[in-house]
Amino acid sequence: MDYYLQIISNIGIFITLTLSLNLINGYCGQFSLGHAGFWGVGAYASAIYGVYFALPVDPMINMLISISVGFSAAALCGLLIGVPCLRLKGDYLAIATIGFSEILRIIIMHTESVGGPRGFTNIPKWTNSFWVWGIVILTTIFMLNLKRSAFGRAIISIREDEVASETMGINLFRFKLFSFIIGAGIAGIAGALVAHDQQFLHPNNFNFMWSVCILVMVILGGQGSVSGSIVGAIILTLLPEILKLIGSDISVWRMSIYSALMIILMLTRPQGIFGPHEIFEKKRFAKKLQKGAA
Amino acid sequence: MSLLSIKNVTMKFGGLTAVRDVSFEVGPTDLIAVIGPNGAGKTTLFNTITGIYTPTEGSVTLDGSPINTKKASDITKLGIARTFQNIRLFNNLSVIDNLKIARHTRIQYSFFDGIFKTKKYKVEEAAIIEESIRLLKLFGLEDKKDLLAKNLPYGAQRKLEMARALATKPKLLLLDEPAAGMNPTETKELSNLIHFIREEFKIAIILIEHDMNLVMQIAEKIFVLDYGNLIASGSAKEVQSNPKVIEAYLGAEIDVEAH
Ligand SMILES: Nc1ncnc2c1ncn2[C@@H]1O[C@H](COP(=O)(O)OP(=O)(O)OP(=O)(O)O)[C@@H](O)[C@H]1O
Ligand SMILES: [Mg+2]
Repeated sequence: MDYYLQIISNIGIFITLTLSLNLINGYCGQFSLGHAGFWGVGAYASAIYGVYFALPVDPMINMLISISVGFSAAALCGLLIGVPCLRLKGDYLAIATIGFSEILRIIIMHTESVGGPRGFTNIPKWTNSFWVWGIVILTTIFMLNLKRSAFGRAIISIREDEVASETMGINLFRFKLFSFIIGAGIAGIAGALVAHDQQFLHPNNFNFMWSVCILVMVILGGQGSVSGSIVGAIILTLLPEILKLIGSDISVWRMSIYSALMIILMLTRPQGIFGPHEIFEKKRFAKKLQKGAA
Repeated sequence: MSLLSIKNVTMKFGGLTAVRDVSFEVGPTDLIAVIGPNGAGKTTLFNTITGIYTPTEGSVTLDGSPINTKKASDITKLGIARTFQNIRLFNNLSVIDNLKIARHTRIQYSFFDGIFKTKKYKVEEAAIIEESIRLLKLFGLEDKKDLLAKNLPYGAQRKLEMARALATKPKLLLLDEPAAGMNPTETKELSNLIHFIREEFKIAIILIEHDMNLVMQIAEKIFVLDYGNLIASGSAKEVQSNPKVIEAYLGAEIDVEAH
């Protein structure tokens, strides 16, 4: 039973992470490869709150505070990295964000008060699947409503064409930074969830490989699609569990399977499962596309 | 008073001077054409007016206030809109979304209104859709409103780009080679459309164009650029008989043939 609950929580945590990266990568078109870094900052910040600064109040209130701490810490990192790095384009931004997340991991690795390489233990258990899925629902609504507002449209136009976007009166830097900060912040919330759910953190849980995994989830579902992020996260969180059932040693195979999956995807459906669209508009769009081709 | 005033504008790229010491004035409902051989600096001039580039020297003022150091996005807000020589639509978005994005600087509702879908958000979004459809009707694109921009035929893409520029509610509209790639019928239609836009929206229009028939037909005033210099300006007749202009064009033609 516990095992299945754990998987259900994990799926929710990865959906939150994928949705948050989808804002940066799918909506805004910025190639960030350090998302696990923001996740880690959120996780360690809320764990620090839980272990050293917890208030003598109801765990529910403490969890709310801890989520805010995780969000703020990660969003602050997003701001600090975003300001210098968002002026970089494409691959350069990817390299800068990898650099940031690796530096961060190494700092944590060498900080004794958060357990260093042994991991951070004794984090209070303040959360459960309900919290996780509550956050998933809120994040989903946020992302969908953002997409349908002028602010979301502005962000998406940056992905489509930066020069045209600017000529429409959109302040590129402001909206890129906004996406980066909010995307990082929500990854930080996922960090708070994982910290108080598993009660144990290890710096290697937030390494480069995990950034790639989250990115693969976004791309599999379809960059820019909320439905896609959700489906992508579910598939790729369940896949290792299924492989485990058949008895393979997943830690060895995970990266090879992801790579193979990416290659197949790029060859057969480069836009991902949903493209930039949502599940509820899928049929309508298919019709429109046909009309357009006719 | 003039709407746009350009004084001694120079734009250098390293050793290359793409626009040299150009000055002119544009009135509130002028219809002006900028012509000149390839590489004369016409697009660069547009880029310095719209803030894509900051002029190396000189000043650009709109309604009396300087804009030459402002960001492109702020200049749009102040009332200059443009189209691009190589169409730049938001290709993977629908036709109507392309127009909705253009309303960005005129949005009144806050971020929180958008996230919580308040009444204010709903009322304003409904108005945006209504206005966008009205614009699409003017351009004969309303039946294509849900198509992706990239699936439109070429002529319709050019029209959509003009509609999108107008959706920003400009005082001055800059069109970079709107007739490029169009056949004579489409070009004729375009010239009517440009006239119509000026009457309907009461704005000034500057267009860059290689199609001399179109230019002679619609422009009240013509500026001729050659190697970045403003070599002539005036009515179609005056410009046509100007020896410098003839030389620039003949020279350019000989150049082309030499290649
Ligand atoms: N960003 C840039 N960097 C360097 N040189 C540039 C840049 N933009 C334009 N130029 C140069 O400036 C000159 C003028 O270019 P511009 O595009 O303004 O010409 P144009 O009059 O619009 O020509 P066409 O009719 O071919 O569109 C050209 O020599 C071009 O190579
Ligand atoms: Mg040009």
